[in-house]
Amino acid sequence: MLNAYDIIDTIKMIEEEHLDIRTVTMGISLVDCIRGSVKETADRIYDKITKKAGKLVPVAEDIGKEYGIPIVNKRVSVTPISILGGAVDSEDLTPLALAMQRAADTLGIDFIGGFSALVEKGFTKGDIRLINSIPSALDLTRNVCSSVNVGSSKAGINMDAVKMMGKVITDLAHRTADRDSIGCAKLVVFANAVQDNPFMAGAFHGVGEPECVINVGVSGPGVVKSALEKAPNADLTEVSEIIKKTAFKITRMGQLVNTLAAQRLGVPSGIVDLSLAPTPAVGDSVARILEEMGLETCGACGTTACLALLNDAVKKGGVMASSHVGGLSGAFIPVSEDEGMIAAVRSGVLSLEKLEAMTAVCSVGIDMVAVPGDTPAEVISAMIADEIAIGVVNTKTTAVRVIPAVGKKVGDEISFGGLLGSAPIMPIRTASPAKFINRGGLIPAPLHSLKN
Amino acid sequence: MNTTSSKAIITVIGADAVGIIAKVSGKCSEFGVNILDITQKVFETTFAMIMLVETDGMKIKFSEFSDEMKKTGEELGVIIRATHEELFNVMHHV
Repeated sequence: MLNAYDIIDTIKMIEEEHLDIRTVTMGISLVDCIRGSVKETADRIYDKITKKAGKLVPVAEDIGKEYGIPIVNKRVSVTPISILGGAVDSEDLTPLALAMQRAADTLGIDFIGGFSALVEKGFTKGDIRLINSIPSALDLTRNVCSSVNVGSSKAGINMDAVKMMGKVITDLAHRTADRDSIGCAKLVVFANAVQDNPFMAGAFHGVGEPECVINVGVSGPGVVKSALEKAPNADLTEVSEIIKKTAFKITRMGQLVNTLAAQRLGVPSGIVDLSLAPTPAVGDSVARILEEMGLETCGACGTTACLALLNDAVKKGGVMASSHVGGLSGAFIPVSEDEGMIAAVRSGVLSLEKLEAMTAVCSVGIDMVAVPGDTPAEVISAMIADEIAIGVVNTKTTAVRVIPAVGKKVGDEISFGGLLGSAPIMPIRTASPAKFINRGGLIPAPLHSLKN
Repeated sequence: MNTTSSKAIITVIGADAVGIIAKVSGKCSEFGVNILDITQKVFETTFAMIMLVETDGMKIKFSEFSDEMKKTGEELGVIIRATHEELFNVMHHV
């Protein structure tokens, strides 16, 4: 029999601590949409997405009501478009992104991801076309997200791709300058990208995935912080235990929603992504959890250690609660999407260098960070190279989602609204890495023994 | 994960007032929902009434019933939620 305290505990998590399901994401394979003509391929993409995900939004909304759980986003991820893009009769793949946008509009979903390419070892014709099309595709769409995987622990780092992505990001920032360079908020550069990620901007439906699948991403930083507030004098072993128990509960809710959504949509249930995903709302911040552990401000010495504890405990608690854990699974540290991170940057305590260190112990990377709009493309590329190197060497996913905010300088702020939030422009070192970036080539895969 | 239970939990949270149980049970009977158990408790400063109900004979969709309960709560100045029982089971039982 249920205990009244347990019931109230759950209700409080939802009502007061912002517990929600961040996303129900349907992964859809588009491999059978490949045609010779770009127009025909675009039409097939629209048809398949709207057919498969036709009931996604109403089903998710019903589950939300019946179980009293807010399901914040309904999303779709698709096969990396570069795979389709190699076959069509057009160098420009923007029409395929426009078809994705049309499908998103018809379905009423929040985001659609998969305008993506995996180029860690080199480029196909479709990969080059896709990367060159990113600026126009993300400029002309609102809900389409793009990702490019430029490195892996098995393949090393494709530095030609890293160089290209620096230019793509600055170009995209200029094209969307009238909207605070928002295009860059929808583009992520990965190392060790995962194939079943439900979170944006990095979601795509990997080639090892089934025809169609439901993946769920949970949230819950507010719940973890609130649980820690009740134990202000606990030692760190106890802190870890509290986080594990809380993560278990959050993840069980995610697993329940995953099972229900898959049943009702008649597609296989995929993974639950354990990530603690913050929002710009007060009381829903990962930074504030680290501060609750005992830091005056996120970014202080000790931040990396606190984050390592948090990330590990979230995984340990969550992994038992779900049948299949996957995606990025950890703690997210997107600056603009986290009220505490924004405050820490404004106060000058949290620097880009500290964020980079933090990415070594959490999922994912330098995320939603705004830098001055005049930052040279090769500096952006070098920043990507550093972050990708951390992922490749440490056999983990890392990523860069950086916004060179055109016309803005350090001290200014940009604002996207909604879940994307707002970001203070952070200083970045601009001593030139141009020669390094212009060398091109591949950084070989790291040795996987002699670990030090 | 078992998602087939036909039981639900109705929670009423807020200030206690005359007629809350009458109003909620009236709505339950209107929509064919059978009340199995009622508990009342004060948690710290919050008053909470928890009802265990059976939804086998429910005449409307659960999501509609949930909306009805929410509306009733708004009329009474309390927060009423109707939620399938499994949510609490999975979160609090291994």
